Amino acid sequence: MNISDILTEAMRLADEAEVFFIEAEDTSASFEADKLKKVVNRQTNLYALRIVKEGRIGYAISADPQRTSELVTRAVETSQFGVSANFEFPAPSPYPSVPVYDPATEDLPIESMVEAGRYLIDALKSAYPALSCDVSLSKGVTSLSLMNSKGTSGSYKQTTSACAVEGMLVRDTDMLFVGDEESSCNPVTDTSAILQRVLTQLEHATTNATMPSGKVPVIFTPNGVAGALMSPLMSALNGKNVLEGSSPLAGKQGKGVFSSCIWLWDDPMQAFMPESRPFDDEGVPSQRTPLVEAGVVTNFLYDLRTATMAHTKSTGNGSRRGVGLPSPAPSAFIMPNGDTSVEDMISDIESGLIIDFLMGAEQGNILSGDFSGNVLLGYRVENGKIVGRVKDTMVAGNIYQLLNQAVALGNDRRWVGGQVMVPSLMFGSLSVASR
Amino acid sequence: MEKRMSWDDVTELGRALSLDLGRYPADYIEAHIETAEATHITYRAYQPEVATSAISTGGNVRALVNGAWGFACGNELSSIYPAIGRAITQAELINGGDARLASAEGYVDQVVLARGHDPRLVPFADKIALLAEYNEIIRRTPGLKTAVVSYSDSYQRRVFANSAGSFIDQERADITLRISAVAAKDGEVQQANLSLGSAGDWKAISNLHQEVASTAQKAALLLEAPQAQGGEYTVVLDPLLAGVFTHEAFGHLSEADHVYDNDELRQMMQIGRVFGREDVNIVDDATLPALRGSYKYDDEGIPSRKVYLIKEGRLVGRLHSRETAAAMGEQLTGNARAVSYQFPPIVRMSNTFLEPGHSSFEDIIADIDDGIYAKGWYGGTTSMEMFTFSAGEAYRIRKGKITELLRPVVLTGNVFTTLKNITAIGSDLHMNQGGGCGKGGQFPLPVSDGSPYIRIEKCLVGGQ
Repeated sequence: MNISDILTEAMRLADEAEVFFIEAEDTSASFEADKLKKVVNRQTNLYALRIVKEGRIGYAISADPQRTSELVTRAVETSQFGVSANFEFPAPSPYPSVPVYDPATEDLPIESMVEAGRYLIDALKSAYPALSCDVSLSKGVTSLSLMNSKGTSGSYKQTTSACAVEGMLVRDTDMLFVGDEESSCNPVTDTSAILQRVLTQLEHATTNATMPSGKVPVIFTPNGVAGALMSPLMSALNGKNVLEGSSPLAGKQGKGVFSSCIWLWDDPMQAFMPESRPFDDEGVPSQRTPLVEAGVVTNFLYDLRTATMAHTKSTGNGSRRGVGLPSPAPSAFIMPNGDTSVEDMISDIESGLIIDFLMGAEQGNILSGDFSGNVLLGYRVENGKIVGRVKDTMVAGNIYQLLNQAVALGNDRRWVGGQVMVPSLMFGSLSVASR
Repeated sequence: MEKRMSWDDVTELGRALSLDLGRYPADYIEAHIETAEATHITYRAYQPEVATSAISTGGNVRALVNGAWGFACGNELSSIYPAIGRAITQAELINGGDARLASAEGYVDQVVLARGHDPRLVPFADKIALLAEYNEIIRRTPGLKTAVVSYSDSYQRRVFANSAGSFIDQERADITLRISAVAAKDGEVQQANLSLGSAGDWKAISNLHQEVASTAQKAALLLEAPQAQGGEYTVVLDPLLAGVFTHEAFGHLSEADHVYDNDELRQMMQIGRVFGREDVNIVDDATLPALRGSYKYDDEGIPSRKVYLIKEGRLVGRLHSRETAAAMGEQLTGNARAVSYQFPPIVRMSNTFLEPGHSSFEDIIADIDDGIYAKGWYGGTTSMEMFTFSAGEAYRIRKGKITELLRPVVLTGNVFTTLKNITAIGSDLHMNQGGGCGKGGQFPLPVSDGSPYIRIEKCLVGGQ
């Protein structure tokens, strides 16, 4: 059955219905320990049916094209136990034009991906012969369509391409990990920016340095910001957590919570970025949503249901990541670029720390804003200079305390992994514990 | 006209593949066919939020040609034969590699669910009713803001066939229950979690009313608790957190795919190397009955077995796929696993645990003047040499007694020192059935981990 047949079928038993269909194919080439190891091709599709019956939501999904006819009976069964339907599916409305499809990505030959991977590995190994590299290059095409009983019908096709590298240097019992990634809807075959960043990491980590315990100034690189500071913010700005009171930002809309230099918005309309789209997974048009303006919390992210409960409108952030019903989720979190060069930040520090990757930061009580982790990749700064890589070092802090103190924004803003665009951030003081 | 594959059709397809795969031009070919059914139910903010019923079917083919791998998957079973050609073509693109496989015979077997381990037989209404009870316990707990009660079950049938004539038909089931109670006051938010699971046994999660109540109470108490000060402490881990520690600290490092292709790492992980004191024994064992990480055959069709990773403090074994076993000249262990048909199997743990010693909990803490007792877990992660594991709750130990409650802490260790700093091992092994393991983009894989209470000296704890 195609989605319009499923919709018709569902409407025989349901009061309202919505069918969502996604079909994806991706191909990846993986190098392990410098050698091309495997080529993987994956074709998948997924149907989801959401209905309203007797005022309750029913939901069923199927990743089996031969069993779509079961969707309706399964959705009806779950509706007996479903949440009350307090919202309406959206009526048709115009969608913004957001470019997310590049035929060059769809047509990208595997050979070009392999060649880009080899170039990256050869360049890294010529500088660091003992480095062992895992590199993966991928390309994918996704077709998404959605129809509901209010007459909304939309579809779009999206391409994605990504390159990720992880390098490992083992010296006796000392292991160093470096790495970087890039993703886009355009083909990611130019790996020179990735190469440059990884070479810089290796250069800074050439020797090990000891880090004394105590409170020190700290610089989070764009990688460090994305990995350690963004997930507590994403959770706090999620309208669902705000509505339920589990966000520290609940009740703080319109209030200055962060330092006045902090700006943040959610933007699903950046051209050719993997989180971009003309409409969300509930058929609501995409919009750019300011979240923090000059330190003041201005908006939260909503899907249809959460927005209705919060007496506001969906921000177009209904997402079906995972298996459940749509739920609010960020698209891309973007901060403005700053005007301080990282070199200037470093030269201002007498004794401090640069954090590129914090291991374990996402595990803990994210809601509270507390974070703590092992500095897996980070560098000691002494007298205005990077003196080496730190090890066996823990840092701990709270993002609300950090982002409310004086912050310097770097002029090095960049995309990290396609979901976050941030500069380096420097804070006056963070707790460090080391051995 | 839609045609649904029946049970017999899947069996026939698997049998046909086991006879045909050997005829293709490849060093080795295997195919997986998978059908799955799942239920997800979530209560959020004390309301039933999601009830989902999910079905999926799919298959894959993996081919080794001239030492290089190609893999193709899709959810049209009718296209499994065309996928053989795709997998071979992709492997040929690589132009040769050095993958060889440890030799293994073909197995023909059928493994059915253990009696009482089929979550499909529990009526949907009973599942909802139980979650409503847990939800109500949390809702009645004073001082809480909100809660999430989330239940998932799945049933899988996996049919495996390979070019050596293997034809293995296995059923598996999995249940997880995750509860998170949230307390908030004056912009401060704290939470307490409970995470449990079983290999499909509904009874394992149906009588947790007391645990749910104490989890809920804990969240409210945490609001008043102070943060630990960062630094080195003598720490005592409860069996749940010590299980996560065992998995992160040593389990991942013993996965041979991290090691086999790197001379320095092979040197570092030489059999016989001392990692801990003589009373440290770490085991991975998929043959244990009915745990979440248990199975009879792995996803390369190799029978599972009990593997000692550390015996009397020394490295004695590691976990293998057919490729890593061949590369290192070691015995097969049956640890190649895939989360679903969408991924090729890679080296994974099953049920990993630290064997019990002889100390009582009282003995373990008795001579600690100033330390931290860390309990429960949020998770853990590893870079092999260094790893972190985060506790759900923590207490200060003073003069041999558990004293004030602290906010949850994140702990870190270094595999070359931390295992040697284990100075006491309890006598009471407990397996943690609530976790899921992630590796190489494959998450969550059902595993279990376990340990008795353990004491670690000089463990680095994060804090302000």
